[in-house]
Amino acid sequence: MKVVVAVFPGTNCEIDTKYAFEKIGASVELVFHKSDKLPNDTDLVVLPGGFSYGDYLRSAAISKFSPIMSTVIKFANSGGRVLGICNGFQMLLETKLLPGAMKRNQKTHFISKYQHLKVINNNNQFLSKLKVGDILNIPIAHGEGNFFISDDEIKKLYDKEQVLLEYCDELGNEENPNGSISSIACLCNAKKNVFGLMPHPERAIEAILGSNDGVKMLEGFLE
Amino acid sequence: MENLEEVLKSHKLTNDEYQNILKIMGREPNLLEIKIFSSMWSEHCSYKSSKKYLNGFPTKAPWVIQGPGENAGVIDVGDGIAAVFKMESHNHPSFIEPYQGAATGVGGILRDVFTMGARPVANMNSLRFGNIVNNDKISKHQRYLVRGVVAGIGDYGNCMGVPTIGGECSFEECYNGNILVNAFTLGLAKTDEIFYGLAEGIGNPVIYVGSKTGRDGLGGAVMASDSFSEENKSLRPTVQVGDPFAEKLLLEACLELFKYDYIVGIQDMGAAGLTSSSFEMAGRSGSGMTMHLDRVPAREEGMEPFEFMLSESQERMLICAKSGYEEKVLEIFRKWDLDAEVIGEVTNSGNMELFWHGERVADIPVLPVGEEAPIYDRPVKKPTYLDEIAKISIDDFEKVDNQEAFDNLFARPEVVDKSWISEQYDSMVQTNTIKNSGSLDASAIRIKESGKALSMSSDCNPRYNYIDPFGGAAAAVMESGRNVAMSGARPKAITDCLNYGNPENPEIMWQFAQGCYGIKEACKALNTPVVSGNVSLYNETDGEGIYPTPAIAMVGVNDDANKTLPSAFQNENSPIYLIGETKSDFGGSLYLKKVYKKVGGILPKIDYEQELKLWELVIEANRQDLLYCAKDINVGGLVIALAKMSCVGDIGSTCRANMKDGRDIFSESFSRAIVEVKDEKSFKKLASKIGIKVEKIGNTTPKREFVCDDVSADLDELKDIYFHKFSQIIEQDI
Repeated sequence: MKVVVAVFPGTNCEIDTKYAFEKIGASVELVFHKSDKLPNDTDLVVLPGGFSYGDYLRSAAISKFSPIMSTVIKFANSGGRVLGICNGFQMLLETKLLPGAMKRNQKTHFISKYQHLKVINNNNQFLSKLKVGDILNIPIAHGEGNFFISDDEIKKLYDKEQVLLEYCDELGNEENPNGSISSIACLCNAKKNVFGLMPHPERAIEAILGSNDGVKMLEGFLE
Repeated sequence: MENLEEVLKSHKLTNDEYQNILKIMGREPNLLEIKIFSSMWSEHCSYKSSKKYLNGFPTKAPWVIQGPGENAGVIDVGDGIAAVFKMESHNHPSFIEPYQGAATGVGGILRDVFTMGARPVANMNSLRFGNIVNNDKISKHQRYLVRGVVAGIGDYGNCMGVPTIGGECSFEECYNGNILVNAFTLGLAKTDEIFYGLAEGIGNPVIYVGSKTGRDGLGGAVMASDSFSEENKSLRPTVQVGDPFAEKLLLEACLELFKYDYIVGIQDMGAAGLTSSSFEMAGRSGSGMTMHLDRVPAREEGMEPFEFMLSESQERMLICAKSGYEEKVLEIFRKWDLDAEVIGEVTNSGNMELFWHGERVADIPVLPVGEEAPIYDRPVKKPTYLDEIAKISIDDFEKVDNQEAFDNLFARPEVVDKSWISEQYDSMVQTNTIKNSGSLDASAIRIKESGKALSMSSDCNPRYNYIDPFGGAAAAVMESGRNVAMSGARPKAITDCLNYGNPENPEIMWQFAQGCYGIKEACKALNTPVVSGNVSLYNETDGEGIYPTPAIAMVGVNDDANKTLPSAFQNENSPIYLIGETKSDFGGSLYLKKVYKKVGGILPKIDYEQELKLWELVIEANRQDLLYCAKDINVGGLVIALAKMSCVGDIGSTCRANMKDGRDIFSESFSRAIVEVKDEKSFKKLASKIGIKVEKIGNTTPKREFVCDDVSADLDELKDIYFHKFSQIIEQDI
């Protein structure tokens, strides 16, 4: 599998993302944001975490204007698979590849910790190796991860199997670290080829670091 | 010059120093030149009060690649990899403007490390605040400072993608008017690809890169060399404003630059900005340099030459490139959308010649500015309070029930978990963090390239340093090493950040001298040299000095990252051992302070041999896989350490300490640790071979209960206090 990781000014998870995908056997290429080309054999584009353009205006608000983004949007619209992690998720919202918007965390400050997640839907490639109801332990690290969408829209998201993960405690009970509506941590588009999540599966790939629950997530893309 | 006296006073130069300037210059200096001397000879840049004592530090060992004198220290950590690290203070700016002060402190120390060719891989910080628990004006302000400093550190490090993995934070009334913010960064480089702050080779271009220069931080170095008083509260404009995004670009651009052979040297513009970076770079080779200040990228119009020279705008570097490679260097920085301009070149004049639109506006011999910088031998005098407080003992007071004392001590902000702070720091980016804040004792990262791990710990007990400035400093070295050893890593070298009061006060100068002697003795005995460091003096407000606070950060190496030892209980029903000797040591203890409201007594006995045996036992026992976890005993004594291990491990424990005096479970005798043992027989054998006392004191249990002698608690209630108390205190105003 060929994974392309886009690098924006201020991206800081590109090396971790490369390391994680290589660990599960993918070949990984980093592409700088000033390029408007993706390699022909690209199977998956990852928009990684970080603080693109410092996130000074609004998270990911500037990065959508980078040359690479118009190419990524075309890639996604023609059915190509795109995964946005943290700042990358925010980019997918800013470019409308995914619905909704991100607000400042409810308690306003940055939160970095291990967070449990519950699998809500696995009828998609990303979580295909997991079962509905599985509890995962994956790091989160963000200041603006408070997902918001209107009540009408949220019902549609669940109906169309677009909500993939919710925040929870270790037993699967409600626990919401950032105020996200319906505790949503991860979603996909209606065509199920664009995925966005705030947690960092690429940080949970080895037991020595505290969890390898991210491996099964990333491996979903291998098939 | 007219009003010479006034000019000297406002630039904090003495008459003697001015006479020396006249001698160096061979003529009367102009105002720009005076400003340059004033900055370079400020306490902050010249170390004029401290140099005499710093010169005695042990700085060499076979694994030391670069000791003090460069941007950061460098040690060999095996497999061709070097660890580059340093700690630095940003105390004054953080008190004036907590968010920006702390943020730029982090930015500065990061630059010190990556300017040497290393990618920063770990941050820590050592924070001291005043009283935060009360409902008065002071505590409210202190809580505001905590929130601002933490947000500033977090936002900067997080944006940079450098994990903040540890540190320490404590609270003492002496910091009510002068908080301490010390930031530590460690980076990794290849041992043969270290870059230095050097400018040499006639005709080589001098290149300015990074953010544009503005008027922020003007005279910061001079400000940091003064005490606080009512008058200078309006110093906010001297605090720099940080732009972590610009620094992230600068980091990536510099690391890209370092892959090629385009440059001679590079140095960040920290305190005293372009002045200190240019003088230091030229000074290291004895070269001269020309710089055209009108070519320096400016943030605003109308700036004057002295503003370019003294601005402490952040995120800037000065590079001496190899002639002919200018365009290559500029290209890399432009790729990252950063300013980069050739502003001058290296000469053989030996002078720093500054030009403004073609006109020479300053001409100063480079070497004498460094070599003839004043070195003071300030008067010292043993403080009178010391003998007075030495007499204080717990036996002067009515006995308190152990349970009551435990409940009092355990809920203190100094003791409880501070994840309210550490959760605002991204501690996991770069995917190397094995132990971070909250997991007790040292923090640790693995090195992907070698399979080894680096452990690091920053420590200082200000109360110990108040009652015994020599022993307290030595104890800080021992504790930081002990914490590192508890993770299974061998302590290798330290960096320090020496925070003291006003050196013009002989009693403070005595404290400083004693602190240096203590560090020197401990580092020598423990074979952990000093490789870098920083001195912060004038930490006082309205004549009230802080407790001496020599923060020590130790770095150690574990040959196998998979063998990084935790510090909290791991299993039920395993034996708990106490290593070391416990005496009735309450000098400077938390017990004396919180139960009897006194800071006094005499420090426990220091025994380096005992300390080394403790390190050896834990490191070797871990290597042989005999342990589940290890934690040192410090503030609050045995019972507090055990309670923390139960809370963090979420495992109950029952211990009988069998102390001579029942209160000794709170004693703070040095060189002790608690271990959860996997293989008792082999562990005891190893201990007797090494020659250190070990004693089984209890077991971990399946019960949700914590018991130590006559102290007991429900584990879940204890955890509730341990994990929630701090946020309750700090968020009470918001």
